[in-house]
Amino acid sequence: MADQIARANGQPPMLTVEGLKTYFFTDEGTVRAVDGASFEVQAGKTVGIVGESGCGKSVTALSILRIVERPGRIVAGQILLRRPNAKAPVDLALLEAEGAEIRAIRGGEIALVFQEPMTSFSPHYTIGNQIVETIQLHQDVGKEEARNRTIELLRMVGIPNPERRIDEYPFELSGGLRQRMMIAMALSCNPKILIADEPTTALDVTTQAQILDLLRDIQQRTQMSVIIITHDMGVIAEMTDDVIVMYLGRVVESGPVDEIFHQPKHPYTQALLRSIPSIFAEPRTKLPTIAGSIPHPHNRPTGCPFHPRCAEAMPGICDRHEPRLRPISEAHFASCFLYHEPEAAPPS
Amino acid sequence: MRMVVPLLEVRNLQRFFPIRKGLLRRIVGQVRAVDDISFHINKGETLSLVGESGCGKTTTARCILRALKPTSGEVLFQTAEGEVVDTAELPKAALKPFRHQMQMIFQDPFSSLNPRMTVFDIVAEPLLASGVKSREQRRRRVEELLELVRLRPEFMQRFPHAFSGGQRQRIGIARALALNPSLIVADEPVSALDVSVQAQILNLMLDLQDELGLTYLFVAHDLSVVKHISDRVAVMYVGKIVEIAETKTLFKAPKHPYTEALLSAVPKPDPRRRSERIVLQGEVADPAHPPSGCYFHPRCAHAIDRCKTETPSLEEIQPGQFVSCHRAREISLNGVEAQGNGMTIG
Repeated sequence: MADQIARANGQPPMLTVEGLKTYFFTDEGTVRAVDGASFEVQAGKTVGIVGESGCGKSVTALSILRIVERPGRIVAGQILLRRPNAKAPVDLALLEAEGAEIRAIRGGEIALVFQEPMTSFSPHYTIGNQIVETIQLHQDVGKEEARNRTIELLRMVGIPNPERRIDEYPFELSGGLRQRMMIAMALSCNPKILIADEPTTALDVTTQAQILDLLRDIQQRTQMSVIIITHDMGVIAEMTDDVIVMYLGRVVESGPVDEIFHQPKHPYTQALLRSIPSIFAEPRTKLPTIAGSIPHPHNRPTGCPFHPRCAEAMPGICDRHEPRLRPISEAHFASCFLYHEPEAAPPS
Repeated sequence: MRMVVPLLEVRNLQRFFPIRKGLLRRIVGQVRAVDDISFHINKGETLSLVGESGCGKTTTARCILRALKPTSGEVLFQTAEGEVVDTAELPKAALKPFRHQMQMIFQDPFSSLNPRMTVFDIVAEPLLASGVKSREQRRRRVEELLELVRLRPEFMQRFPHAFSGGQRQRIGIARALALNPSLIVADEPVSALDVSVQAQILNLMLDLQDELGLTYLFVAHDLSVVKHISDRVAVMYVGKIVEIAETKTLFKAPKHPYTEALLSAVPKPDPRRRSERIVLQGEVADPAHPPSGCYFHPRCAHAIDRCKTETPSLEEIQPGQFVSCHRAREISLNGVEAQGNGMTIG
């Protein structure tokens, strides 16, 4: 699989996720939250992971950082992080979740911005304290220098009066400013990869525009890789280079953003794009819909997870065999029997 | 004078919330949540109220339903009997005969349905409250209602947790329709739903409007959703309506700089349309301490000195388009062209 996904652009990707499976073992049964996700993230590029609730996009992010909470755990797959001057990549899936190595990577090389800026900070400490702490955790600098660097960071993410704001508590800030603080904290150790999980979902549309601009601007300046996780096709179209479409724990399609939007291959991607309300539509027009709703994770369909809702499902094939992610063109992949034959026997 | 009497007419509606401080809980200020707004909705029409959080759109909706008592102003509702009543003024007891004619659809289908009641009990509750005593009659009406919202009546003995978000929203709609209301107030009815399910609910609302002649007041922050459902749109900013117009006009040729900025800020679902967006500086003003003059002036690229001192009023600058901006007639703003969705799917 890795060979199939490897791009012809010479440089190995910064991060390769390969056959990742993260399951939750609950009393009611096993939830296969991520069930064989494979994708890669190139240096300096923005990758979008898009899907609806229960598709596994957030659990994928948590798995990369190894902060999946019990009863969930990674049961299979590799998460390969390549470092510029190291010979072999590190497999994050093999690291001890509480160990020193992943703790150095988490917040250091790979940083995370959450959806909810209200609950991501401790209410008991000033914002400055929390960012200074992060810096000192990962880098050997004194308090004074860490504080100066924090002020610089706050200025970089567009916080007015950073010298004063640094000593404020989270509750004193608006949602937009708090999200900027979150980004400042994530950037504090110069990460190589920034994972942003629904970074603008809780924000108003004009604030969202500010935060998306900020993320784009910072990426251009720092050349880090960004993984944006969202359900919003608009954010994907505006921000990403490559897109991964997930459905019920599987990657159903991946490819360059322009191909995903203008030549989508998987029936789910096509239906999703048709059914989103668009600002370009004529007023009071009906939307094409996707039949049914997302299955409950305990009642996962057999075969292709999308087949009960798929207009092009082929009886006897899609409900019995599991499709694999296969190349359509050089960088465009789809997991659908419209594009490849099922293997001889259904996998057990 | 308008010949048609609108189903709902709101005149100079105000709702302030007191800010209390100190041991004696003295009133030290007012949050001007809704600050002198006027609009009307004709029978069978959909009017959307849009704006960012704190703009007063939900407070307006709640004042219309008299879930909140307005501070001042009139809410004139034409009843099924053809009378016009001011629901802002009537005492609660006198409101009762009209209440069932205005119903609400809520945002969150997960918390708006009682988990201990069956679908039958949820949908039949308003029937029971309005005096339908026969269980058989209620059962028949609930069956009818569930079919209306495209749910299988066999499911009526199940509990809400057995249903998906979209199905729960259908149950909420069935309950709202139980007493044949004329006005439906829908507060963010699709924003908690997955995108593939949003379309189903929006289509259902359009169908029901045609079938039952419903009038909608649709409260939302998502302009793409609003464009699909509305005949007319009112944009609110810090408790005031800044622009109100027909949907097509408002999206294509907005006349208020805030409307333009809102339209521009929406992420467009097409990577070929990544354009230079208008990114507003600063944040939405605090309705407890609004700026002087036009509330939008500190963030407005077109503001002049007059905007800092003089509060603009809503004026009709062309038939059907009302704008509250001193410079509406002299500045040219960009809207969003309707060009299909620009996608080539195949």
